[in-house]
Amino acid sequence: MTLTSTQTILIICIVTLGTMITRFLPFILFKGNKSNNTYIKYLGQVLPYATIGLLVVYCLRNVNFKTPSYGFPEAIAIVCIIILHYWKENTLLSIGAGTVIYMILVQFVFV
Amino acid sequence: MKEKIMALKVAFPYTIPVLTGFTFLGIAYGILMSSKGYGAGWTVLMSLMVFAGSAQYITINFLTTIFNPINAFLITLMINARHLFYGISMLDKYNDSGKLKPYLIFGLCDETFSIVCSTEAPKDVDKDWFYFFITLLNHAYWVLGSFLGAWLGSKISFNTKGLDFVLTALFVVIFIGQWKNKENRKPAIVGVVCSIICLIIFGQDNFIIPSMAAILIVLTIWRKEFIKKDILTKEGIQ
Repeated sequence: MTLTSTQTILIICIVTLGTMITRFLPFILFKGNKSNNTYIKYLGQVLPYATIGLLVVYCLRNVNFKTPSYGFPEAIAIVCIIILHYWKENTLLSIGAGTVIYMILVQFVFV
Repeated sequence: MKEKIMALKVAFPYTIPVLTGFTFLGIAYGILMSSKGYGAGWTVLMSLMVFAGSAQYITINFLTTIFNPINAFLITLMINARHLFYGISMLDKYNDSGKLKPYLIFGLCDETFSIVCSTEAPKDVDKDWFYFFITLLNHAYWVLGSFLGAWLGSKISFNTKGLDFVLTALFVVIFIGQWKNKENRKPAIVGVVCSIICLIIFGQDNFIIPSMAAILIVLTIWRKEFIKKDILTKEGIQ
Protein backbone atom coordinates (compact mmCIF):
# COMPACT_ATOMS: atom_id res chain seq x y z
CA MET A 1 0.00 0.00 0.00
CA THR A 2 1.43 3.33 -1.10
CA LEU A 3 -1.30 5.47 0.45
CA THR A 4 -2.36 5.59 4.07
CA SER A 5 -5.68 4.01 5.07
CA THR A 6 -7.32 7.43 5.32
CA GLN A 7 -6.13 8.40 1.87
CA THR A 8 -7.33 5.07 0.48
CA ILE A 9 -10.78 5.58 1.99
CA LEU A 10 -10.88 9.10 0.52
CA ILE A 11 -9.98 7.81 -2.95
CA ILE A 12 -12.66 5.10 -2.70
CA CYS A 13 -15.26 7.72 -1.68
CA ILE A 14 -14.24 10.03 -4.51
CA VAL A 15 -14.40 7.30 -7.14
CA THR A 16 -17.78 6.26 -5.75
CA LEU A 17 -19.00 9.87 -5.92
CA GLY A 18 -17.76 10.28 -9.50
CA THR A 19 -19.44 7.05 -10.60
CA MET A 20 -22.71 7.91 -8.87
CA ILE A 21 -22.82 11.37 -10.45
CA THR A 22 -22.75 9.75 -13.88
CA ARG A 23 -25.49 7.31 -12.91
CA PHE A 24 -27.85 9.62 -11.04
CA LEU A 25 -27.49 12.82 -13.09
CA PRO A 26 -30.00 11.99 -15.87
CA PHE A 27 -32.63 11.00 -13.32
CA ILE A 28 -32.10 14.24 -11.38
CA LEU A 29 -31.98 16.48 -14.48
CA PHE A 30 -35.07 15.07 -16.15
CA LYS A 31 -37.19 14.52 -13.08
CA GLY A 32 -40.86 15.36 -13.46
CA ASN A 33 -40.77 17.52 -16.60
CA LYS A 34 -39.47 14.55 -18.53
CA SER A 35 -42.87 13.31 -19.65
CA ASN A 36 -43.58 16.44 -21.68
CA ASN A 37 -40.12 16.73 -23.19
CA THR A 38 -40.35 14.88 -26.49
CA TYR A 39 -36.65 15.31 -27.29
CA ILE A 40 -35.55 13.51 -24.10
CA LYS A 41 -38.21 10.89 -24.74
CA TYR A 42 -36.85 10.46 -28.25
CA LEU A 43 -33.30 10.05 -26.88
CA GLY A 44 -34.59 7.47 -24.43
CA GLN A 45 -36.03 5.55 -27.38
CA VAL A 46 -32.94 5.52 -29.62
CA LEU A 47 -30.01 5.74 -27.21
CA PRO A 48 -30.27 2.13 -25.91
CA TYR A 49 -29.49 0.82 -29.40
CA ALA A 50 -26.74 3.33 -30.13
CA THR A 51 -25.22 2.74 -26.67
CA ILE A 52 -25.01 -1.05 -27.03
CA GLY A 53 -23.17 -0.35 -30.30
CA LEU A 54 -20.77 1.93 -28.41
CA LEU A 55 -20.35 -0.75 -25.73
CA VAL A 56 -19.42 -3.41 -28.29
CA VAL A 57 -16.78 -1.09 -29.79
CA TYR A 58 -15.62 -0.21 -26.24
CA CYS A 59 -15.06 -3.91 -25.46
CA LEU A 60 -13.07 -4.35 -28.64
CA ARG A 61 -11.04 -1.12 -28.27
CA ASN A 62 -7.84 -2.95 -27.34
CA VAL A 63 -7.85 -5.15 -30.45
CA ASN A 64 -4.60 -4.42 -32.20
CA PHE A 65 -4.53 -5.03 -35.93
CA LYS A 66 -0.76 -4.66 -36.00
CA THR A 67 0.04 -7.57 -33.66
CA PRO A 68 0.44 -11.06 -35.19
CA SER A 69 -3.15 -12.07 -34.37
CA TYR A 70 -4.55 -9.11 -36.40
CA GLY A 71 -7.81 -9.21 -34.46
CA PHE A 72 -8.64 -12.64 -35.89
CA PRO A 73 -9.62 -14.25 -32.54
CA GLU A 74 -12.19 -11.49 -31.91
CA ALA A 75 -13.49 -11.55 -35.49
CA ILE A 76 -13.81 -15.35 -35.61
CA ALA A 77 -15.50 -15.52 -32.21
CA ILE A 78 -17.98 -12.78 -33.11
CA VAL A 79 -18.84 -14.38 -36.47
CA CYS A 80 -19.45 -17.67 -34.63
CA ILE A 81 -21.70 -15.88 -32.14
CA ILE A 82 -23.69 -14.26 -34.95
CA ILE A 83 -24.18 -17.54 -36.85
CA LEU A 84 -25.02 -19.45 -33.67
CA HIS A 85 -27.41 -16.79 -32.45
CA TYR A 86 -29.33 -16.57 -35.73
CA TRP A 87 -29.43 -20.37 -35.92
CA LYS A 88 -30.29 -21.45 -32.37
CA GLU A 89 -31.49 -18.18 -30.78
CA ASN A 90 -30.16 -19.37 -27.42
CA THR A 91 -28.47 -16.51 -25.55
CA LEU A 92 -26.45 -18.63 -23.12
CA LEU A 93 -25.32 -21.02 -25.83
CA SER A 94 -24.17 -18.15 -28.07
CA ILE A 95 -22.28 -16.45 -25.23
CA GLY A 96 -20.79 -19.67 -23.84
CA ALA A 97 -19.67 -21.07 -27.18
CA GLY A 98 -18.35 -17.67 -28.33
CA THR A 99 -16.24 -17.34 -25.18
CA VAL A 100 -14.87 -20.89 -25.34
CA ILE A 101 -13.96 -20.43 -29.01
CA TYR A 102 -12.20 -17.15 -28.17
CA MET A 103 -10.28 -18.73 -25.27
CA ILE A 104 -9.11 -21.63 -27.43
CA LEU A 105 -8.05 -19.16 -30.13
CA VAL A 106 -6.00 -16.90 -27.83
CA GLN A 107 -4.53 -19.73 -25.76
CA PHE A 108 -3.65 -22.28 -28.44
CA VAL A 109 -4.00 -20.89 -31.97
CA PHE A 110 -2.93 -17.22 -31.95
CA VAL A 111 -0.45 -17.45 -29.08
CA MET B 1 -42.92 -12.13 -0.35
CA LYS B 2 -44.19 -14.61 -2.92
CA GLU B 3 -43.96 -12.06 -5.73
CA LYS B 4 -40.37 -11.23 -4.74
CA ILE B 5 -39.30 -14.88 -4.88
CA MET B 6 -41.08 -15.17 -8.21
CA ALA B 7 -39.24 -12.09 -9.54
CA LEU B 8 -35.91 -13.49 -8.30
CA LYS B 9 -36.56 -16.82 -10.02
CA VAL B 10 -37.47 -15.15 -13.30
CA ALA B 11 -34.55 -12.69 -13.09
CA PHE B 12 -31.82 -15.24 -12.35
CA PRO B 13 -31.46 -16.86 -15.83
CA TYR B 14 -30.91 -13.44 -17.41
CA THR B 15 -27.94 -12.86 -15.13
CA ILE B 16 -26.09 -16.15 -15.78
CA PRO B 17 -23.72 -14.65 -18.40
CA VAL B 18 -22.89 -11.89 -15.94
CA LEU B 19 -22.37 -14.48 -13.19
CA THR B 20 -19.67 -16.09 -15.32
CA GLY B 21 -18.16 -12.82 -16.49
CA PHE B 22 -18.16 -11.06 -13.14
CA THR B 23 -16.86 -14.07 -11.22
CA PHE B 24 -13.73 -14.17 -13.32
CA LEU B 25 -13.30 -10.43 -13.85
CA GLY B 26 -13.88 -10.03 -10.11
CA ILE B 27 -11.29 -12.71 -9.31
CA ALA B 28 -8.82 -11.00 -11.64
CA TYR B 29 -9.53 -7.68 -9.91
CA GLY B 30 -9.11 -9.21 -6.45
CA ILE B 31 -5.82 -10.80 -7.43
CA LEU B 32 -4.59 -7.50 -8.85
CA MET B 33 -5.58 -5.61 -5.69
CA SER B 34 -3.86 -8.16 -3.45
CA SER B 35 -0.71 -7.94 -5.56
CA LYS B 36 -0.67 -4.20 -4.71
CA GLY B 37 -1.03 -4.95 -1.01
CA TYR B 38 -4.78 -4.48 -0.67
CA GLY B 39 -6.51 -7.34 1.13
CA ALA B 40 -10.01 -8.76 0.84
CA GLY B 41 -11.53 -6.03 3.04
CA TRP B 42 -10.43 -3.19 0.77
CA THR B 43 -11.36 -5.08 -2.37
CA VAL B 44 -14.86 -5.91 -1.12
CA LEU B 45 -15.36 -2.30 0.02
CA MET B 46 -14.43 -1.04 -3.44
CA SER B 47 -16.68 -3.50 -5.24
CA LEU B 48 -19.59 -2.80 -2.88
CA MET B 49 -19.37 0.98 -3.15
CA VAL B 50 -18.11 1.73 -6.65
CA PHE B 51 -19.54 -1.24 -8.58
CA ALA B 52 -17.99 -0.15 -11.88
CA GLY B 53 -15.40 -2.51 -13.31
CA SER B 54 -13.36 -0.21 -15.51
CA ALA B 55 -13.29 2.59 -12.92
CA GLN B 56 -12.15 0.13 -10.25
CA TYR B 57 -9.33 -1.17 -12.43
CA ILE B 58 -8.21 2.42 -13.07
CA THR B 59 -8.48 3.21 -9.36
CA ILE B 60 -5.66 0.76 -8.69
CA ASN B 61 -3.44 3.35 -10.39
CA PHE B 62 -4.69 6.11 -8.06
CA LEU B 63 -3.95 3.89 -5.06
CA THR B 64 -0.41 3.10 -6.07
CA THR B 65 0.83 6.60 -6.95
CA ILE B 66 0.92 9.96 -5.19
CA PHE B 67 -2.34 10.91 -3.47
CA ASN B 68 -4.27 12.97 -6.03
CA PRO B 69 -8.03 12.98 -5.36
CA ILE B 70 -8.93 15.62 -7.98
CA ASN B 71 -7.28 13.65 -10.73
CA ALA B 72 -9.02 10.49 -9.50
CA PHE B 73 -12.37 12.30 -9.56
CA LEU B 74 -11.97 13.70 -13.10
CA ILE B 75 -10.77 10.43 -14.60
CA THR B 76 -13.65 8.57 -12.95
CA LEU B 77 -16.12 11.04 -14.47
CA MET B 78 -14.60 10.58 -17.92
CA ILE B 79 -14.47 6.80 -17.82
CA ASN B 80 -18.02 6.51 -16.53
CA ALA B 81 -19.54 9.24 -18.71
CA ARG B 82 -21.28 6.54 -20.75
CA HIS B 83 -23.53 5.92 -17.75
CA LEU B 84 -25.28 9.20 -18.60
CA PHE B 85 -26.70 7.48 -21.68
CA TYR B 86 -27.82 4.52 -19.61
CA GLY B 87 -29.73 6.84 -17.32
CA ILE B 88 -31.46 8.66 -20.18
CA SER B 89 -32.36 5.29 -21.73
CA MET B 90 -33.84 4.03 -18.47
CA LEU B 91 -35.77 7.19 -17.45
CA ASP B 92 -39.03 5.66 -18.56
CA LYS B 93 -38.56 2.12 -17.22
CA TYR B 94 -37.35 3.30 -13.80
CA ASN B 95 -39.71 6.26 -13.59
CA ASP B 96 -42.20 4.75 -11.14
CA SER B 97 -39.97 2.30 -9.29
CA GLY B 98 -40.56 4.00 -5.92
CA LYS B 99 -38.35 2.90 -3.06
CA LEU B 100 -36.32 0.58 -5.30
CA LYS B 101 -35.35 3.41 -7.65
CA PRO B 102 -32.20 4.67 -5.86
CA TYR B 103 -30.70 1.17 -5.79
CA LEU B 104 -31.67 0.52 -9.43
CA ILE B 105 -29.84 3.70 -10.44
CA PHE B 106 -26.89 2.97 -8.15
CA GLY B 107 -26.41 -0.44 -9.75
CA LEU B 108 -26.74 0.64 -13.39
CA CYS B 109 -23.39 -0.71 -14.58
CA ASP B 110 -22.64 -1.77 -18.19
CA GLU B 111 -23.83 -5.33 -17.72
CA THR B 112 -26.95 -4.49 -15.73
CA PHE B 113 -27.87 -1.83 -18.27
CA SER B 114 -27.40 -4.20 -21.18
CA ILE B 115 -29.87 -6.64 -19.60
CA VAL B 116 -32.49 -4.22 -18.28
CA CYS B 117 -32.62 -2.14 -21.46
CA SER B 118 -33.16 -5.20 -23.66
CA THR B 119 -35.48 -7.18 -21.40
CA GLU B 120 -39.12 -6.62 -20.53
CA ALA B 121 -40.35 -8.25 -17.34
CA PRO B 122 -42.81 -11.09 -18.01
CA LYS B 123 -46.42 -10.03 -17.47
CA ASP B 124 -47.06 -11.96 -14.26
CA VAL B 125 -43.90 -10.59 -12.60
CA ASP B 126 -43.54 -7.25 -10.79
CA LYS B 127 -41.22 -5.28 -13.09
CA ASP B 128 -39.53 -3.25 -10.36
CA TRP B 129 -38.58 -6.33 -8.33
CA PHE B 130 -37.52 -8.06 -11.54
CA TYR B 131 -35.09 -5.24 -12.36
CA PHE B 132 -34.09 -5.01 -8.70
CA PHE B 133 -33.03 -8.65 -8.57
CA ILE B 134 -31.12 -8.42 -11.86
CA THR B 135 -29.22 -5.46 -10.36
CA LEU B 136 -28.75 -7.13 -6.97
CA LEU B 137 -27.58 -10.46 -8.41
CA ASN B 138 -25.06 -8.71 -10.66
CA HIS B 139 -23.82 -6.63 -7.72
CA ALA B 140 -23.49 -9.78 -5.61
CA TYR B 141 -21.54 -11.62 -8.32
CA TRP B 142 -19.14 -8.71 -8.61
CA VAL B 143 -18.55 -8.44 -4.85
CA LEU B 144 -18.20 -12.22 -4.39
CA GLY B 145 -15.92 -12.54 -7.41
CA SER B 146 -13.57 -9.84 -6.20
CA PHE B 147 -13.62 -11.33 -2.68
CA LEU B 148 -12.67 -14.72 -4.10
CA GLY B 149 -9.86 -13.13 -6.08
CA ALA B 150 -8.48 -11.27 -3.10
CA TRP B 151 -8.66 -14.45 -1.04
CA LEU B 152 -6.99 -16.62 -3.65
CA GLY B 153 -4.29 -13.97 -4.05
CA SER B 154 -1.64 -15.16 -6.42
CA LYS B 155 -2.28 -18.87 -5.76
CA ILE B 156 -4.39 -19.27 -8.87
CA SER B 157 -2.67 -21.28 -11.58
CA PHE B 158 -5.11 -22.25 -14.38
CA ASN B 159 -5.11 -20.26 -17.58
CA THR B 160 -8.04 -17.86 -17.66
CA LYS B 161 -6.69 -15.92 -20.64
CA GLY B 162 -9.52 -14.76 -22.88
CA LEU B 163 -12.25 -15.43 -20.33
CA ASP B 164 -13.13 -11.75 -20.07
CA PHE B 165 -14.45 -12.10 -23.62
CA VAL B 166 -17.67 -13.40 -22.02
CA LEU B 167 -18.77 -9.79 -21.48
CA THR B 168 -18.00 -8.83 -25.08
CA ALA B 169 -20.02 -11.87 -26.15
CA LEU B 170 -22.90 -10.74 -23.94
CA PHE B 171 -22.98 -7.29 -25.58
CA VAL B 172 -22.68 -8.78 -29.07
CA VAL B 173 -25.63 -11.11 -28.40
CA ILE B 174 -27.73 -8.21 -27.11
CA PHE B 175 -26.73 -6.20 -30.16
CA ILE B 176 -27.90 -9.03 -32.45
CA GLY B 177 -31.15 -9.30 -30.51
CA GLN B 178 -31.82 -5.59 -31.06
CA TRP B 179 -30.70 -5.82 -34.69
CA LYS B 180 -33.43 -8.36 -35.46
CA ASN B 181 -35.99 -5.59 -35.05
CA LYS B 182 -35.56 -3.45 -38.18
CA GLU B 183 -36.68 -0.26 -36.44
CA ASN B 184 -33.68 -0.42 -34.10
CA ARG B 185 -31.06 -0.71 -36.82
CA LYS B 186 -30.47 2.94 -37.66
CA PRO B 187 -29.55 4.04 -34.11
CA ALA B 188 -27.49 0.85 -33.69
CA ILE B 189 -25.51 1.71 -36.84
CA VAL B 190 -25.05 5.29 -35.60
CA GLY B 191 -23.64 3.92 -32.32
CA VAL B 192 -21.17 1.58 -33.97
CA VAL B 193 -20.02 3.91 -36.76
CA CYS B 194 -19.58 6.98 -34.52
CA SER B 195 -17.64 4.91 -31.99
CA ILE B 196 -15.33 3.35 -34.57
CA ILE B 197 -14.60 6.71 -36.19
CA CYS B 198 -13.86 8.27 -32.78
CA LEU B 199 -11.75 5.26 -31.77
CA ILE B 200 -9.61 5.74 -34.88
CA ILE B 201 -9.30 9.52 -34.36
CA PHE B 202 -8.94 9.76 -30.58
CA GLY B 203 -7.42 6.39 -29.65
CA GLN B 204 -8.54 3.72 -27.20
CA ASP B 205 -8.10 5.77 -24.04
CA ASN B 206 -9.96 8.91 -25.09
CA PHE B 207 -12.70 7.94 -27.52
CA ILE B 208 -15.71 7.45 -25.23
CA ILE B 209 -16.70 11.08 -24.69
CA PRO B 210 -16.15 12.10 -28.34
CA SER B 211 -18.21 9.05 -29.36
CA MET B 212 -21.03 10.07 -27.04
CA ALA B 213 -20.98 13.60 -28.46
CA ALA B 214 -20.95 12.30 -32.03
CA ILE B 215 -23.85 9.91 -31.33
CA LEU B 216 -25.88 12.72 -29.75
CA ILE B 217 -25.20 15.08 -32.67
CA VAL B 218 -26.12 12.53 -35.34
CA LEU B 219 -29.25 11.38 -33.50
CA THR B 220 -30.30 15.00 -32.99
CA ILE B 221 -29.67 16.24 -36.53
CA TRP B 222 -31.45 13.32 -38.18
CA ARG B 223 -34.05 12.79 -35.53
CA LYS B 224 -36.95 12.79 -37.99
CA GLU B 225 -35.31 9.81 -39.67
CA PHE B 226 -35.06 7.87 -36.46
CA ILE B 227 -38.37 8.53 -34.80
CA LYS B 228 -40.45 5.40 -34.81
CA LYS B 229 -43.78 5.75 -36.56
CA ASP B 230 -45.84 4.76 -33.54
CA ILE B 231 -44.31 7.52 -31.40
CA LEU B 232 -44.82 10.02 -34.18
CA THR B 233 -48.53 9.46 -34.22
CA LYS B 234 -48.84 9.15 -30.44
CA GLU B 235 -46.86 12.22 -29.53
CA GLY B 236 -47.55 14.30 -32.59
CA ILE B 237 -43.86 15.03 -33.12
CA GLN B 238 -43.13 16.86 -36.33
